[in-house]
Amino acid sequence: MFKWFGKVNFSPYTKVTEFANHLKDGRLMGSKCKQCGQESFPPRADCGKCLSGDFEYKEFSGKATLLTYTTIHAAPTGFEDVAPYTIGVVDLKETGRLLAWFGDTISDKDIKIGMELQVVPRVFEELEEIKVYYSLEKPGTTWSAAESS
Amino acid sequence: MARVGIIGIGHGQFGRRSDATVQELAFEAFREAVADAQIDPKDIDGSVIGSVPEYHKQRSLPGVVQEYLGLNPVPTWLTEVACASGSAAIRTAWMGIQSGAHRLMAVIGCQKMTELSTPEILALMGRVGEVQWESVFGTTFPAYYALFAKSHMHEYGTTREQLLQVAVKNHYYGARNPNALFQKEITIEKALESEPVSDPFQVYDCCANADGAACVILASEDIARKSKKPVAWLDGMGCATASMSVLRRPKLTGLPSAEDASRTAYEMAGIKAKDVKVAEVHDCFTIAEIMAYEDLGFCDKGAGGRFIEEKQSYADGQTPVNIDGGLKAKGHPIGATGVSMTVEIVKQLRGEAGERQVKNADIGLTHNVGGIGQYCFVHVLRRD
Repeated sequence: MFKWFGKVNFSPYTKVTEFANHLKDGRLMGSKCKQCGQESFPPRADCGKCLSGDFEYKEFSGKATLLTYTTIHAAPTGFEDVAPYTIGVVDLKETGRLLAWFGDTISDKDIKIGMELQVVPRVFEELEEIKVYYSLEKPGTTWSAAESS
Repeated sequence: MARVGIIGIGHGQFGRRSDATVQELAFEAFREAVADAQIDPKDIDGSVIGSVPEYHKQRSLPGVVQEYLGLNPVPTWLTEVACASGSAAIRTAWMGIQSGAHRLMAVIGCQKMTELSTPEILALMGRVGEVQWESVFGTTFPAYYALFAKSHMHEYGTTREQLLQVAVKNHYYGARNPNALFQKEITIEKALESEPVSDPFQVYDCCANADGAACVILASEDIARKSKKPVAWLDGMGCATASMSVLRRPKLTGLPSAEDASRTAYEMAGIKAKDVKVAEVHDCFTIAEIMAYEDLGFCDKGAGGRFIEEKQSYADGQTPVNIDGGLKAKGHPIGATGVSMTVEIVKQLRGEAGERQVKNADIGLTHNVGGIGQYCFVHVLRRD
C-alpha cells in the first residue's frame, strides 16, 4: 500500500506499491531487474537499462554517506507542524540515493557532509492511520531501536 | 540557416498585481511590443504563450489571452517547462519561423502567482522535485537549491558572504529598473537579519513570487531587415534537460543542463563564453547565479564565489550579469521570466538601457532554468 509512504503522499498508486509494506515491516527495499540484474534505489518496476518490466525487490543495508543537507524553516502545506526539519541526500552503499529526514540519534550541529549514516525504516506512531517513512540515523541504529525512541 | 530577429519588446510592471487578470497583464506587454516594433498587429500570424497553468483558475490560458489581445483567428499554443516556460515559447516561435510555417509571431510570457498563499506556492513549487520519493519529506523549491548551495560551499569553499553579494548586486541594479518589484538597495548586514528559509538561505537569498508579463515580437529575416530599430538576432539557441530527481544527478554543484545548453548555443552562434558582453541568468536563489557563472563558462568551476566577490559580474566587470536586477529584485512571475530576460538583452543590444547600459553590448545571452535544472534554455542574441 504505497499510500502509507510519507506524511503527505502524492502518488498512492505505483507498480512498486509493496515497497511500503516492506518498510512497515522494517525492511528497506531496492529493486533488481530479473533480466539484466540492474539494481535501483528508489526501486523501479521498469528497468531503465534494458527496458524489461520483470523485477524483484532486494533488501538494502541502509548504510549510507551524506552528500548534502538543509534545514527547512519555511514549510509547505501539510508540513507546517513539523518545521523546522532537516533533510539530507545520501549515497546508498549498494547503489542509488535517497532523500530523508534526520532522526533523533543525530543533532543538527553534528551533521557533516561525508558522514556515515544508517537509513532506518520508521512508523509515524502519533498518527492513527498507518504512515511510514525512513530516517537518517547514527550508524548501528536498528529499526527496533528507532521504533521505541 | 536563415536568421530570426526580435523586432519588438514590451514589459509590464512586475509585483503583486491585484489590479489585473493574467490576460490584462499580457495586454500591457503586448501593446508596448507592438508599438515598439511599429507593426500592424493584423500582420502577426501566430502567438506562443509561456506560462505555468497550475497557478491560474482559468483553464487553457492561450485561448483567453489570444482573445483579449485581439489575435483571433490566428493560432496560439502554450509552452510549459516550469520557470523556463518563457524561453521555451521563444524557442518554439523561432522554430515556427525557421520552418517557414510562420513569419511574424508574438511571444508572451505571463503569470499570476500571488492569488495563492506562500505555503501553497511552497508546496506547488516543491513538487517540481519528484513527488513519489522526495515531496513526501516536505521538500520545497528553496530547499532543493539549498542542497546545491551546501554542496557548493563544501566542495569549493564558497562563503555565506559571497552568496549574499549576489543579492546585493541584483538589488543595486533593481533599484535602477522601474519595472522591478524591489527598487531598493540592500546590505549584507540587512540580508543576514532576514528570516531563515532553508539553511543557508534567508529571505534575501530568494527571489519573490510575482505577477507580470513580458512580450517579444519575432520576425523572419526579410521582415526583420525592414525594422527601423537595430534587430536582435537569435543566433545561438541551446536547450537541454537533466534528471527530474536530485537523486539521479551526478553532482550537486552545478546544472548539467546549463552546461549542455550553453555549449550548443555558443557553437551555433560561433562564439566563446568570453565573447558575451552582457548576460541575464536565472538567479532564483543566490547560489543559482554563482552556479550559472560556472556552468556558462564565465569563470572556472568552483570560482563563482570569487567572481562575484571581485565584482566581475557588475556592469563594468568581465561579464555583466543581471543588470536589470535579475529574478531577485525584479520578481519572478515564472512564465514571464524568460521573456523578461530577453527584453532586457534586446534593450542592452540596442543601447536603450539608460543608466543600466553596458558598454559595447553587441552580444548578449539569456540563461533560463526550469525547476531545479530539469530544463535549461540558453539563447545568444547579437546585434549586427
